[in-house]
Amino acid sequence: MLNRYPLWKYLLIVAVLALGLIYATPNLYPDDPAIQISGASSTQTIQQADLQRIEQALNEAGIETKGAELSSNASSGLVRLIRMSDQLPAQDIVRRTLGHDFVVAQNLAATTPDWLLNIGAGPMKLGLDLAGGVHFLLEVDMDKAIEARMNVYDSELRTLFRGERIRYRSLPHQGTALQFGFTDAAELSAAQRAIAGKYNEFQVTTTSRDNMEVLRLALTDAKQSEIRNYAVSQNLTTVRNRVNELGVAEPLVQRQGANRIVVELPGVQDTAEAKRILGKTANLEFRLAAEPNAPRATVETFEFRDGMGRPPADIERSIILTGDQVTDAQSNFDENGQPQVNIRLDGHGGELMTRATRNNVGRGMAVLFIEQREVPRTVRQEVDGVMQEVSVPTFVEDKSIISLATIQSTLGNQFRITGLGSPAEASELALLLRAGGLAAPMYFAEERTIGPSLGAENISSGITATQIGFLLVVLFMVVVYRGFGVLASIALSFNLVLLLALMSLLGATLTLPGIAGIVLTLGMAVDANVLIFSRIREEIANGASIQRAVHEGFDKAFSAIIDGNLTTLLVGVILFAMGTGPIKGFAVTLSLGIVTSMFSAILVTRALVNLSVGGRDLKKSWKLWL
Amino acid sequence: MNNLKTINFMRLRKASYVLAVILMIGSIASLAVKQLNFGLDFTGGALVELNYSEPADLDSVRTTLREGGWDDAIVQNFGASTDVIIRLSSDDSELGNEIARVVKQQDGSEVSVKRVEFIGPQVGEELRDQGGLGMLLAMAGILVYVGLRFQLKFAVGALAALVHDVIFVLGFFSLLGLSFDLTVLAAVLAVIGYSLNDTIVVFDRVRENLRLMRNADLEHVINVSTTQTLARTLATSVTTLLVLSALYWFGGESIRGFALALIVGIVVGTYSSIYVSNGLLVNLKLTREDLIPTQLEEVDDRP
Repeated sequence: MLNRYPLWKYLLIVAVLALGLIYATPNLYPDDPAIQISGASSTQTIQQADLQRIEQALNEAGIETKGAELSSNASSGLVRLIRMSDQLPAQDIVRRTLGHDFVVAQNLAATTPDWLLNIGAGPMKLGLDLAGGVHFLLEVDMDKAIEARMNVYDSELRTLFRGERIRYRSLPHQGTALQFGFTDAAELSAAQRAIAGKYNEFQVTTTSRDNMEVLRLALTDAKQSEIRNYAVSQNLTTVRNRVNELGVAEPLVQRQGANRIVVELPGVQDTAEAKRILGKTANLEFRLAAEPNAPRATVETFEFRDGMGRPPADIERSIILTGDQVTDAQSNFDENGQPQVNIRLDGHGGELMTRATRNNVGRGMAVLFIEQREVPRTVRQEVDGVMQEVSVPTFVEDKSIISLATIQSTLGNQFRITGLGSPAEASELALLLRAGGLAAPMYFAEERTIGPSLGAENISSGITATQIGFLLVVLFMVVVYRGFGVLASIALSFNLVLLLALMSLLGATLTLPGIAGIVLTLGMAVDANVLIFSRIREEIANGASIQRAVHEGFDKAFSAIIDGNLTTLLVGVILFAMGTGPIKGFAVTLSLGIVTSMFSAILVTRALVNLSVGGRDLKKSWKLWL
Repeated sequence: MNNLKTINFMRLRKASYVLAVILMIGSIASLAVKQLNFGLDFTGGALVELNYSEPADLDSVRTTLREGGWDDAIVQNFGASTDVIIRLSSDDSELGNEIARVVKQQDGSEVSVKRVEFIGPQVGEELRDQGGLGMLLAMAGILVYVGLRFQLKFAVGALAALVHDVIFVLGFFSLLGLSFDLTVLAAVLAVIGYSLNDTIVVFDRVRENLRLMRNADLEHVINVSTTQTLARTLATSVTTLLVLSALYWFGGESIRGFALALIVGIVVGTYSSIYVSNGLLVNLKLTREDLIPTQLEEVDDRP
């Protein structure tokens, strides 16, 4: 019979609707403003007693709390507050109460009931424009990454030549090429033999000039791009570690393009602090301590890093390896219960370490910590045809010793530093060693701070616009398409629920343009219904029976609906692939909206139509229906 | 075959071309002379949005900034008289925060900082390139899709309508000097999707009717098809315009440009899907044969 669905189709639709409702529900539970507390290092944990202390301090200051809880692995604690405006003062109070050992951050705590969480349902993530927070785009300085690696190669080759008793003269680097001078062809060929087969990452050429045989080693393009890639992924790891140290809830750290890193810190308002920690471009150098009788030219003197209270030490100029070859550093205790730091190097780093320490057991080895401070420098340059003073970020290096230990045996790619004063010192050193993994300095290419009031404003205006848009569409549909318009409106609300459920389920982030996408979807979703309904009217005008016209209307409108929606989906996908930030949020809701609207406008409306008019004689009441 | 009175849309085809050409020339001229007022996303620079507890005195903010040495700062109201936006070109990522600090120091508790943005000049340039590329890619994708699903002449017609709509929206923003930022770009791309949707619904009907109405000429088929789909085209445009006006009035200042671009795009998109894309079908001399896949003739060369 015409316009009847088999039972299973109704059941399917009911099941989808039920699932949609369940997975959209978590969005109804508003987040609590909260303060999150975590240990400043891995050894520092938060106790139940600390939480009680905090609650007491907050209550004394007149700030009401809703409760406090420890995370399941006891690594962090959460204090829920009642009022959003209490968050900032509460953060200060908690900081003062706990002191420096803990990271105290503002947070939003979900209030989704456990039974929903257990089936994987959770609220949509809110983008920064809705939640408030900081967005950074960091750009990795690739030239510095290559330069740093060139310096390592330079010292490596010098050590090699010295070991082979080849007399060389250091010449300045030429772009991405190293140069060494030799007095005669015999020395040159000895040098060539020494490096033969070991340095495939260089293109080796020789020239002679100024009575000197010059060996030129140019870094190959492949190796350069490898170094660049490595620099970005290494920096990405480091930034991730540092962001974790900030203790922000649900931060986002992501690579973007060839040389950029996006950092989003929801809820953070204090950009200065975040920038200080993220932008602290540090690196490490492992060098041997100078022997007492070493010539001054081969020695540099460095201070110890603040707070260690030791006199400056003489360190050799030549670098064994740099921080980007440190893959891990952990502080723990040795078999005698003394604090130590375990260090792990990558393969190449291990070789270099073995070579350097083999004949130097008993000597000291220093770890130098290098911080790149960003200093703006003004240069005059032409911008848009006009000479202007432009400030360019430049970097100043500060080097200091963070560890000076005696080499006990030949070291490989895993070794440990012992003899540390305290567990705190060990954990600080491990942190610095890990943080030293920044392979190249970075600067801020983009920065956005969205205040919490603007976020709340955006949410409320987004919701208002959605509600009014929805009402207007429903009004229009009911006036123009009467009974069928009511059915379409029911399907439309179903569509909205389904879209929210799908976004929550996929963990998509809702942004303000995303809300705009939802509102737009509401307007465009009824298009399929409009197509179908106008077609039904036409069929009736052409003399078809009512049931026949309804059937044909759905059938014949189908190809236009599919074509129209697929092309819009195509645009959505292109937007998603090309876009960044706001555009992406819009693309997500637009594309998902098309998918859900096809389902609801075709299947659900059809089911509703079948249920209400299918197989009935409607000759008299038809005017009410369409 | 139809009780609807067929409207002779194509009668006005020539006149509509003239109109389209005038609009295009106007838009392109405005784009060339006035250019687009690119937002911070594309130009790079620093932006600070402030909220005052009482209507803000823009002149005093300007004075404060001038005293701070930022002569080129643009100070405007943003949406409400209590909201102020300060924009200036800079490549110092700290500048925005610094300005926020200075203004706060001057105006004390009456002012709160709603947002601070900094975008490096290189990022802006890249976003501009990416946006342009995205638009071209969307159009190319559509040309291919419509070409495959319908026929190349349809694709050319659809594309011409899209180019028309996009240029008009850009021209509109340029002429009125409205800020063109990332969300507006997203809206322009959505206009592409919407306008195409419209065009395709009409095309779908033209294709169907070309097969049904064996003896009618193309112009008549297009008139009939457009008349048949007119109710739907208008209904969908109205629902979409309704939600967009809700967005425009209630969605907040930062989404207003987005809504406006779509409103303009949908108005011209509705018109162009009738006149530009269909009109071109007539000029390209679409025939029934174009819609029938060419069949390989079997050749039998046995004696």
